[in-house]
Amino acid sequence: MDAAWIALALSLKVAGCATALNLVLGTAAGFALARLRFPGRELVDALLTLPLVLPPTVLGYYLLVLLGKRGWLGGWLYQHFGIQLIFTWQGAVLAASLVAFPLVLKSARAAFEGVEPQLEQAARVLGLGEWAVFFRVTLPLAWRGVLAGVLLAFARALGEFGATLMVAGSIPGRTQTLSVAIYEAVQAGQDDTANLLVLITSVTCVAALLLAGRLAPARSAAT
Amino acid sequence: MSPARPPEGARTEAAGGEGLAVRWDVAIRKRLSGGGRQFELNVAFQSDAQRIVLYGPSGAGKSLTLQAIAGLLKPDHGHIRFGGQTWFDAAAGINQAARNRRLGYLFQDYALFPHLTVQQNIGFGLQRGWLNPGARRGSEAVQHWLQAFELGEMAGQRPHQLSGGQRQRVALARALVNQPQALLLDEPFSALDPALRGRMRDELQALLDRIKLPMLMITHDPEDLARFGEHRLLISSGTISR
Repeated sequence: MDAAWIALALSLKVAGCATALNLVLGTAAGFALARLRFPGRELVDALLTLPLVLPPTVLGYYLLVLLGKRGWLGGWLYQHFGIQLIFTWQGAVLAASLVAFPLVLKSARAAFEGVEPQLEQAARVLGLGEWAVFFRVTLPLAWRGVLAGVLLAFARALGEFGATLMVAGSIPGRTQTLSVAIYEAVQAGQDDTANLLVLITSVTCVAALLLAGRLAPARSAAT
Repeated sequence: MSPARPPEGARTEAAGGEGLAVRWDVAIRKRLSGGGRQFELNVAFQSDAQRIVLYGPSGAGKSLTLQAIAGLLKPDHGHIRFGGQTWFDAAAGINQAARNRRLGYLFQDYALFPHLTVQQNIGFGLQRGWLNPGARRGSEAVQHWLQAFELGEMAGQRPHQLSGGQRQRVALARALVNQPQALLLDEPFSALDPALRGRMRDELQALLDRIKLPMLMITHDPEDLARFGEHRLLISSGTISR
């Protein structure tokens, strides 16, 4: 049974790191797509949304090609820093981040587009610089939508299987997350372990979804 | 509350020798296109008047002109000068950011911050940095304007809880607490019902008489033109005709 809790702890660590990463990157990308006008904006949006529809195995393969010792990023990291991401929990973080990224991006973009540009202009006339406008007007008016997306992304990252398995493998205690552990348990015929793991995963994801649902519709009332 | 000292900023050479420069010197051109429509804004006027009204039908380019003066819209050509300061000069490559022009801007539907209380809204521009003013602490200047506009009891309320007239007062207080050099008003009474409109007009006139702040108003209401138009400018299809 201890293995189940180790897998849960690892899953929470991986999903937590992936969510933190997506909070920053997804919010920034969502804001850029909502506010900046540049040619090919919708193409960029479509490319960044691809992980939502591509099979996780395809994403895992892309990551292997990119991060493997012979991949251009992985090779560079290994040569200069001795960093090896494949078969590590950090690799699992990257896989989970990539899969969950569009959920933050979509919510953040919609939330930022819902902020009246005139309110930002009013803040500029009142003497604020661009960063201050973002943190004092734009973000406070959009944070509910952003947070709802972040919670969805957390639930998605927690349940990540395909890409994680391809990039990080299934090393018990090191890269074997909940969903991978469930697969292994079922394969090995350990039904008790599988039941417990499934229950833990389900409860955690339902909690995240409930929280996200509470945040999302209230957005219109706040603005 | 007197119109504050002019800030340091770009000044024209003309301001030095030949006496005081004209208060407003605006000559701008901007081509806009969108939705298959083309619009050419070509506005020029000079004025020493304390109160200017830019009058014209909707779609004539009034709001665009006001936005350009405030620094919210960058013209393609021309210049914008005020009291010897150059805020924009396409030829010289000068374009002061909106935050450095020290103007009060009253938006048509007031643009009050919905996530902040009345008190926080009014004190918004006094607080620098990345944090909004606290819900409790109101500075002396904020208290002054809360009293002056009889908003003391609403200090802790959110904008959506206020009546139209109260919203306008909050927006005015928020603009004035920063001690702007001039006040820009975008259709200030159009969001109000007719009965209230007359009263708020009286209020604004009394306020302007008291604080002697240069004012530039855009409107399509002839009553505003009659009341505030010391210098009247008519605008249609993006150009000033008189």
